[in-house]
Amino acid sequence: MKLVALFVVILAGGMLIYAGQDLPAFGDPESPAYQHPIIEHYITHSETESGVENIVTALLANYRGYDTLGEVTVIFTAGMTVILLLRRREI
Amino acid sequence: MSGIQESVIIRTVVRIMVPFIQIFALYVIMHGSSGPGGGFQGGVIFGAGIILYTMIYGHKEGKQRMSDKLSRILSSSGVAIFALTGISCLVFGGMFLQYGVVPLLPDNPAVVSRLLIDVVEIGIGITVLAVMISLFFDVSPPEQDEEELHASEEAGQ
Repeated sequence: MKLVALFVVILAGGMLIYAGQDLPAFGDPESPAYQHPIIEHYITHSETESGVENIVTALLANYRGYDTLGEVTVIFTAGMTVILLLRRREI
Repeated sequence: MSGIQESVIIRTVVRIMVPFIQIFALYVIMHGSSGPGGGFQGGVIFGAGIILYTMIYGHKEGKQRMSDKLSRILSSSGVAIFALTGISCLVFGGMFLQYGVVPLLPDNPAVVSRLLIDVVEIGIGITVLAVMISLFFDVSPPEQDEEELHASEEAGQ
């Protein structure tokens, strides 16, 4: 069973490394993520639309607010799960 | 109590540092709308302050500051603050989390949006700090005297 687990780990890790070769270089301005037209909209309109100067916060709390609510719910659920599974009972 | 916990220097430095760590955490949370920062980072810093205090002063002291019940209430109320902010936008006729529609300042939706983003960041921070502290209390090893108590109980049986 341990050998199977090792095989799966090596396979998944190898796939990740193989796929990582095709990622654009760090900070590459020609990469698809920077070419999408929505980027320009965020940079020019985020302050007037959301009222915050920080574009990251504008994205996180305004444009992607629903996603952030999901993230907070994930953290909350993780905390509740640890309470259920690991909390030492008072004797 | 281990050697580190008995050291006067460490106990004093921690006692002085914790309030500043907490003020810095509040600054990071409130600074999220105008610079680097935000609820996640600030919540982690605030939680780290209480974890530092608990590591030096022991579980009993730490739980007096942050009881299990309190961390449970805080962790759920942070999510509730976030969700209720979103629902309040629905009530005033906008989309979920469309902050501008809430008529706090009718002529300036961007300022309302900024205020509500701060509220949301505070909610995120409350959840993150409560979950961090509750995780720390649950996974950290039991106290020394607690272990000795168990050992003596078992020896008695």
